[in-house]
Amino acid sequence: MAKPKEIANRPERLTGGHRLCAGCGAPINVRQVMSVCPGPAVVSVATGCLEVSTTIYPYTAWRDSMIHSAFENAGATISGVETAYRSLKKQGKIKEDMYFVAFGGDGGTYDIGLQSLSGAVERGHNFVYVCYDNGAYMNTGFQRSSATPCGAWTTTSPVGKEAAGKQQNRKDLTAILVAHDIPYAATASPHNFKDLMNKAEKAFTTPGPAFLNVISPCPRGWRTPGDQTIALAKEAVQSCYWPLYEVENGKYKINYKPKGDKKTPVADWMKKQGRFAHLFKPGNEALLEDIQEYIDRKWEELLKKEECL
Amino acid sequence: MARKAITGNGAIALALKQVEPDVMAAYPITPQTEIAQNYAQFVADGAVKTEYIAVESEHSAMSAAIGSCAAGARTITATSSQGFALMWEMLFIAASLRLPLTMPVITRALSGPINIHCDHSDSMGGRDCGWIQLYGEDAQEGYDNAIQAFRIAEHMEVRLPVMTMIDGFIISGAIGPVETLEDADVKKFVGEYTALNPLLNVENPVTVGAFDSLGGWYFEHKVAQNRAMDNAMKVIEEVGKDFGSLSGREYSHFKTHMIEDAEIVLVAIGSAAGNVKTMVDTLRGEGKKVGMLKVRTFRPFPYKQIRQALSNACVIGVMDRSDSYGAQGGPLFTEISAAMFAGETRPKMFNFIYGLGGRDIFPDDIRGAVETLEQAAAGEAVSQTRHYLNVREG
Repeated sequence: MAKPKEIANRPERLTGGHRLCAGCGAPINVRQVMSVCPGPAVVSVATGCLEVSTTIYPYTAWRDSMIHSAFENAGATISGVETAYRSLKKQGKIKEDMYFVAFGGDGGTYDIGLQSLSGAVERGHNFVYVCYDNGAYMNTGFQRSSATPCGAWTTTSPVGKEAAGKQQNRKDLTAILVAHDIPYAATASPHNFKDLMNKAEKAFTTPGPAFLNVISPCPRGWRTPGDQTIALAKEAVQSCYWPLYEVENGKYKINYKPKGDKKTPVADWMKKQGRFAHLFKPGNEALLEDIQEYIDRKWEELLKKEECL
Repeated sequence: MARKAITGNGAIALALKQVEPDVMAAYPITPQTEIAQNYAQFVADGAVKTEYIAVESEHSAMSAAIGSCAAGARTITATSSQGFALMWEMLFIAASLRLPLTMPVITRALSGPINIHCDHSDSMGGRDCGWIQLYGEDAQEGYDNAIQAFRIAEHMEVRLPVMTMIDGFIISGAIGPVETLEDADVKKFVGEYTALNPLLNVENPVTVGAFDSLGGWYFEHKVAQNRAMDNAMKVIEEVGKDFGSLSGREYSHFKTHMIEDAEIVLVAIGSAAGNVKTMVDTLRGEGKKVGMLKVRTFRPFPYKQIRQALSNACVIGVMDRSDSYGAQGGPLFTEISAAMFAGETRPKMFNFIYGLGGRDIFPDDIRGAVETLEQAAAGEAVSQTRHYLNVREG
C-alpha cells in the first residue's frame, strides 16, 4: 500500500457537500475505501443514509459511476453491473480495467439484503462489498436491526418496564460471509485508517468477491457527540466489541490483540453512548455481565479460529 | 425462414438466442423454466456471446438485470407468476430508470392457493408498473413479439422495458408450428444496441437512481415516463409493420375478426382468442352477426383505436383470464369499458371471466357467453355484468 500521506493527496472520490450528518462514520469509511481503489469504479449503494444523502437529485457526491435501485439488492445490482462489464470487455467494447464495489448499511446487509449478498458472493462476481455497520436502521430513525448490540435502545427495541433495550445478541455477519468461502473477508474500523485502507486495497485486488465489515459510529443513533466518532470506533476495537481481523482464503489473522489492561471493559465504551444509558441504572448489573461474557466468548472463539485455521 | 415444431418456450428461447443479448439474468419458475435452461445451454455450448447470471431469486434477477442494463449491456430475463410477484418492486424501478429491458412472461396463476397453471393474474397485476405489455396468442406470436420487443424498448423515443406474454403451459409447453427467421435477419432487424448514459463509461461517470424527493423532480420524471408510453403507441405499430416486411407477419395493437358488421363482439387476449375465433366462425355459419377483437398491446392501451374498431358493436363481451377483486370486472373489461364510454354511442358491456388457475374453456362456454350477449342485444334484461365461465357455483 502507498504511504497514507500520498493517499491523502489523491483526488476525493466522494466529494464534500453531501448531506450526511456531522460526525457520521459512513463517509469517512467510504472515502478511506475509495482512496485505495486502483482504477475507475462503479459503486452500488443500498437504500439508506449514504444513498439519500449523497445523491440528492440533480446533484451527486460520487465521482465514480454510482447506481442505487432499492434497499435489499446492492449485491444483486453490482453483480449485474460486473457481468455487463465482463460481457462488454470480452467483446472489446470496453478497454479500461474497472472495479466494482457495493456499500450497504447493516439493515441493508445483515437483514433485508442478506440473500442478495449471499447470492452475489456465491456466484463469484469480482467485487467488493462494504457494510458500514452503525448497528441499527438509522435512516428511518433508529430501529433495531440484527446488527444492533444487546441492550441497546432503539425505537423498536425500546426501554420500558418489561424490556431494557434489545434482548438479543448481534448476528455474526462476518462469520456468515467467511462461511461462503470467499477469497477475502475482513472487519475494519475508521480509527485505524492504515489497517482499513490496507484491507480495502486487498479486497479490490483479490480476484473474486471480497467483504469488508466496517464499524461506523452514528452520533444520532448512538446518542453520542459528533466529535467522538473516531474515539468510539477505537474503543469498540479495544474492548473487543469489534475485533479487527481478516480471513484470506480461509486463513484467519487477527490484526489487533489488546493485551491485559489494554482490553477495556465493554461497559466503559457503552457508558459513553446514550443508547445504553438505561443499563447503568441500578438493577441491570446482570445484563451488563452477560454482555461482557458474550464479548469475551466471541473473542476467545476468534483467538481459537486464528490458532486452528 | 424455416418451419419448426417447437414449444412456446422453445420458440422464445430461440428468438432470444438469435438476438444474442449481452447479459441474461434468470431464475427457474414453472412454467418459464424451459427458457432459463435452454438459454443456459446455449451459453454452455458457446452458441451465444451472452454472459449468464444464474441468480438466487427473481428479485435479484430483476435487480441484476437493472444493474447490467444501466451498465450499458443489452439485457434480458424471463419469469412467471410468483417470480413476477417477487420482482414487483423492481419492475417499477426498471421502468422509471428508463431501461430498455425485455422479458418474456409465461403467464401463470398467483398463489394462493398455489396453482401452477395458466391465468393472467401475474402480468395483469403488473399492468401499472410502467412496462410495455404485449400479449401473444400462440408460439408464433410469442416468438415474433420477443424479437420486436427489443426494437420497441430501445427506440429513442420510448426507452421503456417491454414484457411479452404467452399463456403458461397452454402455449409455453405445447408443441406448435413456428416460422422462424434467419439469425442474421433477426440481428439486422434488432440492430446494434446503443446504451444511453451507461455506468461503464470512464470518461463520463453517471449517478443512476438518485434521491428525488420533496423539492425534486419526481413528478416531472413520472410524467416523462408516461409520455414515453404515449410515444410507444406509434413505435409499436412502426416496428410491427417493419416486422411484417421481414417476415410476412405484420403486427399492430390488436387484430379483428369479422367485426365490420358484427352486432356482438367478443374481446379476448392470449391463447383463448383462438378458441373464440373458431366459435365466431361456427356462429357465423349459423347466421349470427358475431365478431372478435384480439388485444395484443395492453400497455400502452390503444383505447382510441379500439373505440373506433368497436364503434359498430351493440353488445360487447370482454373475456378476462384474471379477476380484479372488488372491481366492476377484470382488467381488460374495465379498460374496454372506459374506452367505449367516450364514444358517441355506448354499447352494452359484459364481462366473462374464465380459465383461472388453468381451468379449461370449452366451445360451449363461449357459445353460452354469446347467448347471454344475444339476450342483451334483443333487449332482454341480463341481471349481471360479470359472469364466470365453467365455474362450479353453489
